[in-house]
Amino acid sequence: MRDNKGILQNIDWITTSLYFLLITMGWICIYAADYNEEHSKVFDFTQNHGKQLMWIGGSLIIALIFLILDGKFYSAFAYIVYGITIVLLIAVLLVGRKVKGSVSWFEIGSFKLQPAEFAKFATTLVLAKYLSNMNIKLNDTKTKLVVFTILFVPIILIILQNATGSALVYLSFVFVLYREGLSGNYLLLGFIAIVIFILALLVDKLTLIIIFASIIFIVFLLARKNKRNILSLLGIFAICSGMVLSVDYVFNHVLHEYQRGRINVLLGKEQNIKGSGWNVHQSMIAIGDGGFFGKGFLKGSQTTFDFVPKQSTDFIFCTVGEEFGFVGVFVVISLFLFLLVRIIQLAERQRSSFSRIYGYGVASILFFHVMINIGMTIGLAPVIGIPLPFFTYGGSSLLAFTMMLFVFIRLDAHRLQILG
Amino acid sequence: MIQSVSTNRRYIIIAIFLSVGIIYLARFFYIQVIDDSYIKSAQHNFLRPVTQFPSRGLVYDRKGKLLVYNEPVYDLMVTPKLIKGMDTAEFCALIGIAREEFDKKLRLAKKYSRDLPSPFEKQLSKETYGTLMEKLDDFPGFFVQPRTLRRYNDRTAAHLLGDIGEVDSATVKDSKYYRDGDYIGKSGIELTYEPELRGKRGSKLMMVDVHGRLMGSFENGKYDTLAEGGENLTTSIDAGLQSYGEELMQNKIGGIVAIEPSTGEILAMVSSPSYDPNLLVGRLRAQNYGKLLTTDNNPLYNRALLSSYPPGSTFKIIMSLVAQQEGVLFPETRYPCAMGYPPGGGKPACEAHPSPCDLAMAITYSCNSYFCYVFKSVLDKKGFNSFEESFTSWRKHILSFGLGRKLGVDLPTELGIGVPTIEHYDKVFGEGHWKSSTILSLAIGQGEMGVSPLKMANVMATVANRGYYYIPHVVKAIGDKQFQFEKYTTKNYTDVESKYFDIVIVGMEDVVQSGTAAASKVSGIDICGKTGTAQNPSGKSHSVFVGFAPKDNPKIAIAVVVEHAGWGAEWAAPIASLMIEKYLTGTITRPEIEKRIKNGVILPVPKVAVNNER
Ligand SMILES: [Zn+2]
Repeated sequence: MRDNKGILQNIDWITTSLYFLLITMGWICIYAADYNEEHSKVFDFTQNHGKQLMWIGGSLIIALIFLILDGKFYSAFAYIVYGITIVLLIAVLLVGRKVKGSVSWFEIGSFKLQPAEFAKFATTLVLAKYLSNMNIKLNDTKTKLVVFTILFVPIILIILQNATGSALVYLSFVFVLYREGLSGNYLLLGFIAIVIFILALLVDKLTLIIIFASIIFIVFLLARKNKRNILSLLGIFAICSGMVLSVDYVFNHVLHEYQRGRINVLLGKEQNIKGSGWNVHQSMIAIGDGGFFGKGFLKGSQTTFDFVPKQSTDFIFCTVGEEFGFVGVFVVISLFLFLLVRIIQLAERQRSSFSRIYGYGVASILFFHVMINIGMTIGLAPVIGIPLPFFTYGGSSLLAFTMMLFVFIRLDAHRLQILG
Repeated sequence: MIQSVSTNRRYIIIAIFLSVGIIYLARFFYIQVIDDSYIKSAQHNFLRPVTQFPSRGLVYDRKGKLLVYNEPVYDLMVTPKLIKGMDTAEFCALIGIAREEFDKKLRLAKKYSRDLPSPFEKQLSKETYGTLMEKLDDFPGFFVQPRTLRRYNDRTAAHLLGDIGEVDSATVKDSKYYRDGDYIGKSGIELTYEPELRGKRGSKLMMVDVHGRLMGSFENGKYDTLAEGGENLTTSIDAGLQSYGEELMQNKIGGIVAIEPSTGEILAMVSSPSYDPNLLVGRLRAQNYGKLLTTDNNPLYNRALLSSYPPGSTFKIIMSLVAQQEGVLFPETRYPCAMGYPPGGGKPACEAHPSPCDLAMAITYSCNSYFCYVFKSVLDKKGFNSFEESFTSWRKHILSFGLGRKLGVDLPTELGIGVPTIEHYDKVFGEGHWKSSTILSLAIGQGEMGVSPLKMANVMATVANRGYYYIPHVVKAIGDKQFQFEKYTTKNYTDVESKYFDIVIVGMEDVVQSGTAAASKVSGIDICGKTGTAQNPSGKSHSVFVGFAPKDNPKIAIAVVVEHAGWGAEWAAPIASLMIEKYLTGTITRPEIEKRIKNGVILPVPKVAVNNER
């Protein structure tokens, strides 16, 4: 019990303050987004902003409990938490409620719970637990397989729920793996793959393959002394060409109609402002309308008149853009960046590799959510419908992010008790 | 080495995070500060919720004749934020308003909302609509929204059909459905059947371009709801009979109610003077309403339902029935008459007629003296512990005929009083200081007794049915469904057994055959009735007639009151006989009587009523 006494001195107040700032701003945005004069009371629990207030209260209680719990608890129970989550993910497929096409909600009374949100937390724990084993080397094939399994079990289950957006979040673990020694080529390869996918959709395929061939040929001429390089160059060429050729298939057969629409809009190939592009178009108009200083709290005509669909959920950031302008956007994005950098700093000062890896996991997931969610409001990321941490209306997401962050704050406070 | 690699990697990751943040901020800066095309779009970017007004249910008469329908009208709407660069002078000229009015209306619209459309000018005339539509493109921010108005085909049955008007703010506040500007039934069946007639409002989310033109439903109508039309009503009214009654009652004050005894369906309900229901429609409603309120003889007042008239001699019918039921009166019971009630020193007075009378004769000659004896015999009957008790028993019997209380008709208001209570007399005379002779005027339907034409007609339906009535109602069917409310299909029995009715009906038959209403006899139709000459403090007696026909298997029960017209036989009885003849045969065999009635003017201020003209 010794460490509980000092817990308040030991927790990182910078991270905690950032958390409070962000949930406060998030709540203000929900209030503005769903504002209507009839229900302007803060404690109106028939409204989203009122309900969110309850969720915030609940999250703070959870945060407090997590701070009080023993720091060793999280590493000890990682597998159990993961196991429970997997069971829940399977259960939701069987008894879950269908909301907007995805079967990802448990309904308990009037509350809905989305296990996929908690799965990120559980997966981070278990990944940290596994990778923090003494004898683990990430470049071993066996290790890679285990990591792959840890990640893909929830991914597959979430895809089965028809919530592809939530599944894509797991891609962010590539940062954790990279930090823990995974070859940088994977990061690079992922980046190249995205570039190729986009190019293949925009540029004629034959032209693209010829361009690749030319690049490879030039590289070959420069590096022809080394025979081993020729093979790998040929391999890279084959992979790239294969990707180019398969993009069409993936695009037309694997992706859903709405996903194709979103990608087309993102790439500017489709000016369909009535269909898939509508949300993004409206969102950008709302943000643009905010100007430098914004239109003022509750003054946004685009957001308060419901032009932007789903504005208290996926497009909550429009409210920031319209009502608080570039200034507001700058403040919120800076706070998020500050939080991310701070978490990485804290992670690096951990003596236990479990805590460090866990910290990186938290940062990566937060980053992915922030990047995609804000990106989609300005047409820089596809609309895959994942929440903006601490901002988007909804209990599951807020609870899950709070748990994730406060477990890390707890681990950090606990670090002095761990002998490196 | 490993340490430095991981240190590098830490910074690479931070660099990736930060560069995404910086790229995003640059993009935001571009959208929000540098590129103003988005601000422009925002100003023009509107989804406009366009209300889909449900079509209000139509109203038919009992024969399927259309009485009430909807006529399309167009409201000019404005979205203040979208107005720009318009020629205000031309616009004002187009819709025919002054510049000040334009500014005032625009101010109002802005006060409501700068971004949402609100009505600028309601119900454009057809001409204005035509010319405006050609030039609407020149006036961004304005558009036309179609709506419908209520129209009344025969300008008949105004009180019964009622009217609709804009819903008041109190109703909007209390209701989940109504919104400002909605229309709601204000009177008549438009009010009582509002939920059925109304239907359900729908809404379309339309996309609008820079000029305020509708560019189609947003997301292919995903957010649209269709309006559901209201149910059509089939009333029990016979439109022909109703108009005929109104014609007969023109230039007279009073009311007629005709009921089908076998169903309780109201065939006609005339309140005179009346008005053209089309006056209370649309933009002129308030203005016309004000006019009607100040018109002589209050045409808005529904006398058929609300007026409290002394029943006069017609009350003798009920007295005959109640006294028989109480066992104090028999068909052969005879009482003397000496041009009046002998114990009262000849008061109440009576006409000259053979005396003494038996029951049927007393009805036929409407002998006042006879019914004073009858009244006393009921109230002073042995077997009650007190006079209060016998009065209470008498009163209860009277109430069983539907007097002195609301019947429950499917119209918003009706007369609910009219039979005096013990408390009333205790207050007037003092407790214990009144007895049957004190209140003798009740015997002949005078004094504190008050009934509406509806109640009188219902009493006649009860007599026609020999002892029961159905609650009178004006709606036969809602939509395709036959009217099935238990309330209106249940027999309401009076306290008087069926067997006591026959002798009374014999007397009533003689009233028309050879008695007080003999002048209103219709050959071939066996009308049973009773005249009344209801004395009242405000002037000449009211002319009253109640009756039903034919005697066997009655098809129509009727009550007619013509205010201050004197003898029941002179006006009310012929009017009733014409109505009965018209309803049963469809023709009129006595044109000279019809002519006399139609030309008769019985108004306190002799003046042709203007309110039936458009
Ligand atoms: Zn007499």
